Amino acid sequence: MIRELSYIDVLYLIAATRWTLALTAIAFLGGGIVGLAIALLRVSSLAPLRWLGAIYVHAVQGTPLLAWLFVFFFGLSIFGFTVSPWLAAAAAYSIYAGAFLGEIWRGCLQAIPRTQWEAGASLGLGFTQQLRYIIVPQALRLAIPPTVGFLVQLIKNTSLAAVIGFIELTREGQLTTATTFRPFTVYLIVAAIYFALCFPLTQWSRRLERRLHVAR
Amino acid sequence: MTYSFQFRDVFAAWEFLLEGLVLTLELSLVTMVLGLVIGLAGAAARVYGAPWLKRIVAVYVETIRNTPLIVQLFLIFFGLPSAGLKFDANTAAMIALSINLGAYSIEIIRAGLEAIPRSQIEAGQSLGLSPVQIYRYVIIFPALKMMFPALSSQFVLLMLATSVVSQISAQDLFHMASIIQSRTFRDFEVYILVAAAYLILALLFRLAFAGIYHFVFARR
Repeated sequence: MIRELSYIDVLYLIAATRWTLALTAIAFLGGGIVGLAIALLRVSSLAPLRWLGAIYVHAVQGTPLLAWLFVFFFGLSIFGFTVSPWLAAAAAYSIYAGAFLGEIWRGCLQAIPRTQWEAGASLGLGFTQQLRYIIVPQALRLAIPPTVGFLVQLIKNTSLAAVIGFIELTREGQLTTATTFRPFTVYLIVAAIYFALCFPLTQWSRRLERRLHVAR
Repeated sequence: MTYSFQFRDVFAAWEFLLEGLVLTLELSLVTMVLGLVIGLAGAAARVYGAPWLKRIVAVYVETIRNTPLIVQLFLIFFGLPSAGLKFDANTAAMIALSINLGAYSIEIIRAGLEAIPRSQIEAGQSLGLSPVQIYRYVIIFPALKMMFPALSSQFVLLMLATSVVSQISAQDLFHMASIIQSRTFRDFEVYILVAAAYLILALLFRLAFAGIYHFVFARR
């Protein structure tokens, strides 16, 4: 049945945004854990571990996120798991975000001069201690602006979860379009909501970056 | 947990996959060219243009970079017909992808242009180069060289992002995958195969870009 697009629909769209944010949070958490592991693998002193990290990053950054979503959503059910869109999305986004965050954080770890590691070693600190007390505190400062920047990418890319039936902002837009037949207005509103979420973060990331350059 | 992989039915439909692959390649290449053109023109306007022009380009870049590609795609394919502009799926995909990549390219090339020191331009002027020559040899060429790594990884990301156009039924590789999936019910096999195809494509593109860098930029 076709009905008029009203302010209720706009409210529904805004309400659906919370699932976009929830998925972003899950993806960031899962991706953060995977990313941390990848970043550590990539700076490890053992070559095979570094290769493992590199293969992971190249494999994930060389395949579309959409493929990961479909592999998890359709693929895992054949092994007897009942896969909900939530589970499939959480798994796919953790893998995806892990590769990008791992690569960002690796860059930050490697930006810390070699001599800092050596200074730690000469004080008798082990690898984990050097990392914990010397490298990470300095790398963290470098990591914040690009991490916030990636968060914007993540929010935008949660829109792809709509294709496996995950109800978030874009999916809600599709559903609203189906009942009101006003695609132009509906998707314009959807785009505006994404913009309202992402633009402040983009600006914040830029400001952080500028401050970092001034500090140096 | 006992699942036997059966690729036979999937491989039997190789003609579909090939057709999809061709469109994915076409979309990627056309979009890269258009995106680069938009990027060069937009970045020049953003850095050297009149204030009003700078503002327009900035609004374009920020709007595109802060909204998802799939929503841009839906707006152009489903939304614009109600404003009287109707495209077929493949054309809509090409337009949306080019507009999207253009915005990212502008931002990348702009950073390159801004990194060219003023003194370089003055050096060009003191050698008696014309403004066009200065733009070509002193500004664009070094800026592109500097920004080539960032630009090429953005292009590879774009190639992967073309998979999204399957959602407006443009017949790319990913769309063909879902057709085969609905015919053979071999979900896992199809998507694994297609993921591998994208991975190989991404590697080939990276190789091609490394080659371009080597022959166009590294020798000068």
